[in-house]
Amino acid sequence: MSAYLLHLAILGGIYVILAISLNLIIGYAGQVSLGHAAFFGIGAYVSALTSLHLNFPFPLAALSAILFSGGCGFLLGLPTLRLKEDYLAIVTLGFGVIVDLVFLNLEITGGPDGLAGIAPPRILGVSFRAPGMYLLLVLLAVILTLILTYRLVNSYHGRALRAIRDHEVTAQVMGINTPAYKVAIFTLAAALAGMAGSLYAHYITFINPESFGLHTSILALCMVVLGGMGSIAGAVVGALALTVLPEMLRQFKAYQDLIYGGLLVALLIWRPEGLLGKGKLSLKFISRE
Amino acid sequence: MELLTVNHLTKHFGGVKAVDGVSFAVEPGEIIGLIGPNGAGKTTCFNLISGLIPPTGGEVSLQGESLGTLAPYYRARRGLARTFQNIQLFSGMTVLENVLTGCHQRQEVGGLRALWPGAKARRAEARAEELARELLELVGLAEKGDFPADALAYGEQRRLEIARALAQEPQLLMLDEPAAGLNSRETEDLMTLLTQLRERGITLLIIEHDMTLIMGLCHRVVVLDHGQVIAVGPPATIRRDPRVIEAYLGRED
Repeated sequence: MSAYLLHLAILGGIYVILAISLNLIIGYAGQVSLGHAAFFGIGAYVSALTSLHLNFPFPLAALSAILFSGGCGFLLGLPTLRLKEDYLAIVTLGFGVIVDLVFLNLEITGGPDGLAGIAPPRILGVSFRAPGMYLLLVLLAVILTLILTYRLVNSYHGRALRAIRDHEVTAQVMGINTPAYKVAIFTLAAALAGMAGSLYAHYITFINPESFGLHTSILALCMVVLGGMGSIAGAVVGALALTVLPEMLRQFKAYQDLIYGGLLVALLIWRPEGLLGKGKLSLKFISRE
Repeated sequence: MELLTVNHLTKHFGGVKAVDGVSFAVEPGEIIGLIGPNGAGKTTCFNLISGLIPPTGGEVSLQGESLGTLAPYYRARRGLARTFQNIQLFSGMTVLENVLTGCHQRQEVGGLRALWPGAKARRAEARAEELARELLELVGLAEKGDFPADALAYGEQRRLEIARALAQEPQLLMLDEPAAGLNSRETEDLMTLLTQLRERGITLLIIEHDMTLIMGLCHRVVVLDHGQVIAVGPPATIRRDPRVIEAYLGRED
């Protein structure tokens, strides 16, 4: 495999984890989130900072990233108990913007310059610096994520989440503790996004706030919608497609973004449920009945 | 002991007294009809009992224990189940999955252990599925388990909602206008189903406008008008009660 393809595969794998985690919130629990890149960023920065300043080995740095992101997800999950649709969209959007500004303005995060010289992973003396090795590491993380989320959505917990998505009040009447489920799914999704962020930081070895802003949140949302909401395979396909597609469109130079946008619009017109999804993108908060 | 006790239950929406000091009790095994003209406060009563809205005053007790401000999902665990006037199915699920949702509160393999691959979780899920299929058989939807819920005909959707509530194995099942929108054939099927439930000893609280159904099924009837109980008694007495006739038809001057 050429170095370029390896690079795409590694980034694709990282985005697969990010898209799957966002799909848990949007596609399964039916909640809106426009700030998911914040958790990706928190994971990346926590992992980078703990390894730069505290000399944490990679597994420990990644674990810190997962736990810290998960904790932030728990905190963001709390307002979701009282907010719905457009209000939730605004809160999550605001959260994403605030976290991005924090990265940009704190001294410890290096401000706009970001953090450089993040050590490539070394686990039990084995270095994962080589792209081929790094791909193995990412694949391992992807497989773990797939197993965990497949088991989750196919258990009765997954059914409870879909019940909340379809009819929250009815779900409560069926004995489903909807607040607990909503907070739990925000926590889990944030933790997974944090893991993706950690993998990103130690692969690129240089991070700055640009990678974790609104456009990344929107990109993750596009991956979920394109692949299909409420489908894990869909999130995988969506993430890979949106990693590879911009690269394929490079040859069209100036028209690259135009074609990219056009393809997305066309897909949403002719296949609103996404490539593999079952549910349509809910625009309830835009077009109120 | 009474299964459900409603004591001076009151709900004001601004200046509107939707439910105004309503008291009644339901004995185990009883079928109670809750009737009254439109806007009498019947559905508000249901919403108060199931905990979807907080009362302005009064309280609801189940098996002698006050439910206080308990959330709907905890009330469900104490044995309350209900259906809705405008059917509320999980439209993104199959018919079977809808009924399985009713088994949620009785999961034997709870919490994170449900994610662990193993025979125990699979067996629990298989048992839940067995119960769900039995209930689909009972309501006459055995063949349609794998259909998407929103592909069912209207009358079938009503029966599915009842099956889903039964999967909760409730102490008290509250049905909000189960015959609304059904044709006479479907109403007959519903009547047969509810009679079967009565024979199984399931306690029912039914809001209904179809008087044939109420008169044929209920042990007692509670009549609401303007948020207040105006009569309680066996169907035969209720239909001759002048206050009830007045509430429905107006006063003769």
